[in-house]
Amino acid sequence: MEHAHKEHPKYMRIFWILSGLTLAEVGVVYLPFPTVVTALLLIGMACSKAAYVALYFMHLKFEQKTLTAIALTPFIICIFLVFMLLPDLMAGARHEGAKAESHAVDTSH
Amino acid sequence: MEETTTLDHSADAYEPSLTPDSLGKLGMWLFLISDAMSFGALLAAYGAVRAGAAEWIPPTEVLGINLTAGMTFLLICSSVTMVKALEAIQNGNQSRMCTYLGLTILGGIIFLGLQAYEWTALIKHGLTLTTIPHQGLSGAEISGSVLFGPTFYTITGFHGAHVTGGVIYLIVILIRGLRGTYTAAYNHKVEILGLYWHFVDLIWIMVFTFIYLL
Repeated sequence: MEHAHKEHPKYMRIFWILSGLTLAEVGVVYLPFPTVVTALLLIGMACSKAAYVALYFMHLKFEQKTLTAIALTPFIICIFLVFMLLPDLMAGARHEGAKAESHAVDTSH
Repeated sequence: MEETTTLDHSADAYEPSLTPDSLGKLGMWLFLISDAMSFGALLAAYGAVRAGAAEWIPPTEVLGINLTAGMTFLLICSSVTMVKALEAIQNGNQSRMCTYLGLTILGGIIFLGLQAYEWTALIKHGLTLTTIPHQGLSGAEISGSVLFGPTFYTITGFHGAHVTGGVIYLIVILIRGLRGTYTAAYNHKVEILGLYWHFVDLIWIMVFTFIYLL
C-alpha cells in the first residue's frame, strides 16, 4: 500500500501563517481591548493555529475523514468537561463571595 | 445458498484489516487523543481553580510573554524541520532526513533550556508551589491566590516532560536513521514520530494561550 501524500503541501506557507498568528497573539495582549474581546480573539487564534498544525503537519487533511472525527473527540469532551465544572464554579464563587464579605478587612493584607 | 458462501468465507484465514503502517499510526493517534484529554483536564481544572479564586494575579504581571512567544516560535520551527525530515526520507534522502532530525532535536533542547531558565527566574522572583511574588513585572504590588504556582508548574511541567520524551524519541529514531534503517519505501516510523512531535507543538500553542496570555 503506497502512501498517497508523496506530494507534500507547501510547509513554509504554514510556517509563516503560524508565526504571524503568534505575533498577532502577543500584539492582542498589549492592545487595550475589552477582556472579552481579547479572550475571544486569543482562543480563536489558538484554535486556528492548532488546526493548521493538525491538518497540515499531522496530515489530517490528507487522511480519511473518520480520523478527523476521532481526533476531534477530546475537544468535544473537553467542552463538556468545562460545562460539567460550571455548577461547581458557581457554588465556589458564591462561597468565596460570602467569605470575602465577612473577612473584608483581613484579606486586604 | 447464502449460508454456503458465509461458510466459504469463514474457512479462509482471518486477515487483519490493519496493516503494520496503519496500525502504528492509529495507535499513536489513540495515544495522542488520550493525552489530549489529560491536558484538557488539566487546563479545565486550571480554569476552575482560577474562576473559583477570589483574586487571581494577571499572568502577564508574573510571566514573561516575550520569552514564551519566542519558545512558541521555536517549537513551530522544529515542527517545520520535522515535516522536512519526513519529506526527505519519503524522497529517499537519508542524510537530509538525519540533518533535519538533528535540527528538530536542537530545537527541542533549546526549548527545554529556555524553560529551565524561565523556571529558575520565576522561582528567584518568588513564584513557587506555595508562594507568589509580591511585586509584578510592571513594578506594581500584586496579590492573589497561591494556587497560581502549582497550576502553572504542573501544566508547563507536564508539557516539558512531553518535550523531554519527544527529544529522547527523536534521538532513538535519528540513531536508527543514521544506521540506514529508513528508506523511501520504509519510513512510517518517522511519520509516527512526527505525529507525536507536532502534537507536543499543538499542546504548547494551547498552553501558551491559556496559561500565559489569558
